[in-house]
Amino acid sequence: MFQLVKPGTNIDFVRLRKFAYTLSLSLILGTFLLLWIEGGPKEGIDFVGGTVIQVRFTTPVSIPGIKKSLTAQHITGVTVQRFGNAENNEFLIHTDRFDMPTDKFSAKLAKILSADTKSKVEIRRVEMVGPKVGKDLRDKAAYALFYTLLFITIYISGRFETKWMVSGAMVAALIGGVYLVSLIGLGIYYLIGAALLITLVLFWFLDLRYAMGAIVALIHDVTITTGMFVFSGKEFTLPIIAALLTILGYSLNDTIIVFDRIRENLKKMPKSPLREIINRSVNDTLSRTLLTSGTVVLVLLALFFLGGGIIHDFAFTMLVGVVVGTYSSIYVASPILLAWQRKAKR
Amino acid sequence: MNSISWRLATSIGVLLTAVILVLPSFKPMWPHKKINLGLDLRGGMQLVLEVETNKAVEGNIDRMAEDMKSEMRKDRIRFSQIERIKGERLQVQLGSQDMINAFDTFLNKEYPDLRELSRDTAAAQPTFVYGLQEKQVAHIKNQAEEQALETIRNRIDQFGVSEPDIRRQGSNRILIQLPGVVNAQRAKALIGKTALLEFKLVDDNADIGAAKQGQLPPGTELLYKVVRNPDTGRIERTPFVVFKHALLTGRYVSDARVQIDSRTNEPDVTLDFDRKGADIFANITEDNVNKRLAIVLDNKIQTAPVIQERISGGHARITGNFSMTEAKDLAIVLRAGALPAPVKVLEERTVGPSLGADSIHKGILSTIVAGILVIVFMAVYYRLSGVIADVALALNIVLIAAGLAAFKATLTLPGIAGVILTIGMAVDSNVLIFERIREELRIGKMPMAAVDAGFDRATLTIMDSNITTLIAALVLFQFGTGPVKGFAVTLSLGVVSSLFTALVFSRYLFDLLLTKRKVKQLSI
Repeated sequence: MFQLVKPGTNIDFVRLRKFAYTLSLSLILGTFLLLWIEGGPKEGIDFVGGTVIQVRFTTPVSIPGIKKSLTAQHITGVTVQRFGNAENNEFLIHTDRFDMPTDKFSAKLAKILSADTKSKVEIRRVEMVGPKVGKDLRDKAAYALFYTLLFITIYISGRFETKWMVSGAMVAALIGGVYLVSLIGLGIYYLIGAALLITLVLFWFLDLRYAMGAIVALIHDVTITTGMFVFSGKEFTLPIIAALLTILGYSLNDTIIVFDRIRENLKKMPKSPLREIINRSVNDTLSRTLLTSGTVVLVLLALFFLGGGIIHDFAFTMLVGVVVGTYSSIYVASPILLAWQRKAKR
Repeated sequence: MNSISWRLATSIGVLLTAVILVLPSFKPMWPHKKINLGLDLRGGMQLVLEVETNKAVEGNIDRMAEDMKSEMRKDRIRFSQIERIKGERLQVQLGSQDMINAFDTFLNKEYPDLRELSRDTAAAQPTFVYGLQEKQVAHIKNQAEEQALETIRNRIDQFGVSEPDIRRQGSNRILIQLPGVVNAQRAKALIGKTALLEFKLVDDNADIGAAKQGQLPPGTELLYKVVRNPDTGRIERTPFVVFKHALLTGRYVSDARVQIDSRTNEPDVTLDFDRKGADIFANITEDNVNKRLAIVLDNKIQTAPVIQERISGGHARITGNFSMTEAKDLAIVLRAGALPAPVKVLEERTVGPSLGADSIHKGILSTIVAGILVIVFMAVYYRLSGVIADVALALNIVLIAAGLAAFKATLTLPGIAGVILTIGMAVDSNVLIFERIREELRIGKMPMAAVDAGFDRATLTIMDSNITTLIAALVLFQFGTGPVKGFAVTLSLGVVSSLFTALVFSRYLFDLLLTKRKVKQLSI
């Protein structure tokens, strides 16, 4: 029998929590610092509008070469990026313009480039998003994030302690709070922030410690994933938002399983200190945690390396999210229970 | 054994349904359709258009002004001006003070729905400003939207695109998906052309030079005939002063065809009018012999021939050195009718067929590789039990495909990513169960009891851990567009089907193994 984790393994995860806290906090602070320096995440044309044209050449060409021939024809304000592997000779030509007819623009582009590079040019993809649609898509993405967070919060507030009355009150307070904030007329991002804040405060006062652990882990995962994404210089697009939402759902999965085991073990060994129970439970579920994260990472690696350029960033985001999510359910969610208990004792 | 037989029955039922749903995608046959591929996979073009519905409202007010003028002339109510002013309002200026009473009576009788916004009766020429009822504006806008949708649908049908998807999106947008369309330029020109055809008389007495300075005789406008000189390639613009009032419009066109002019060998578009249109056309030509009649398309003069004699047959011909494609497309738009208001392209996404084929290829490749990796891993790690999980995984993929077919959902590239993700996540349920069973076995339980306990204790956790992913997927389905929606679909289907395969199907295989084969040692 293959065993990744031998039965009876007892790694003292709780002892490592100070180190984990430092690591997590610095990553989160790093993310905020990065976002502050960059002035927010880089947004793709889905959200800001503009035109992207994907071209393929039959012979190798260089980015400065493309730019030079475009500038010579008075096409300025474009950025050129390599797309996919170098041997594909594919590039993304990106412009902020959305006012000119894209078909004429891309035809002109193809003509100029094929004349200058002496290479056959294939226009493989053209995407034009007007500013109005861009704003709509951004709103949609933000609302999707908001509702996912809202529903998941509602679910986990009742899920762990099975005090559905408390959770009902919690939901009412949360929705009321969000409604009040929305009356001020602030944007959806403030709404999301407000909802998170209200959630944390409510969890604190209602003494929903498992829910608190889960939501903190969730915020942790999405923040760090965003940070890594921004750090890699990639652009936010709709598929990336989809990846982040999936991570919201998936990373909770691990946390729920560890927490369930903690509650089961609490009943089994009522005399043991919480610290020991947490360690026991994380170790009990460690094999499962590593196995399932392992299979997900495995398939994502396949997608990352073989799925092609269009799905590349999506796979990257998911990969980071799954790894961070696995780490957080071991090192972030459970230690919060312990911290809470210490607070209660004082 | 009862529990085994219901699991068997359910599994067989689900499997059969799934096979029936999926088979048509591989072999064309009765009864279901194939699984839809998204534009990102099959190539094609997606457009989001905005119908400028306020233009339709303006047009409505313009027509109302024309009608009002002729009615007031009939009723001998003198006016100095009736015109649309900014903000979709109608301004009426009467000839003198003593017309006010007659005008009020006239308005109450003929236009009771108009909303009076202001009146200035003190001036020598009293001025009134009116607006439309809000309900009416909403009605006009909605009507314009519906009509635009219908017209565009007509045009695309005649253009010949297989399986186009044209639908309203929100209040004033139209989403158009044209699979397989490569010539984006032509398709867009065809869809986006307003194609407002008007016949207007040329004012031959007007001074073109003065008109260019902006001094136009009342009731006329300056329009251009734009021609590309075939020899020099230069664009030549010839100005014409025409009367604003359109004598006849494209509404009366019953058919339009391309014909080759026998003298010039160039394609022309021949129009047939319906009966009413033929009558109007006969009258116009009768009344205006020796004058020039301009055929105006979207405010550009196509041709302005001199009327030689009364034309009674109800035919007209538009010349204007078209290419064959241009002439064909013009005939299509004239047959399908004009758009009630101009449209603006808000979003455009075109995927070339080679990129689509590439994406399919890469999607399938990564799915297969991901599948093999997971299958081998499970079989090595859990042996026979792992093989059970692998069979469940295979069933899972069939179920996702069946779900796509059943809900007529669209498979996109992110959708394939969703399938791949499911391959990785679906085994999670099995891992949870197997780890539990191993634990129970370690305490010394018999295989049968261990399997029972393993499934029982893991069931709730499995449900829970999948619910949160399902929440995210459903929200994404609600808010996502296009390819991302495809991801939400496959992910949701994957989550639901993995619950079934883990809790019902693999359980059945285990029971079969343990009771029928009476296995003493569980291979896990």
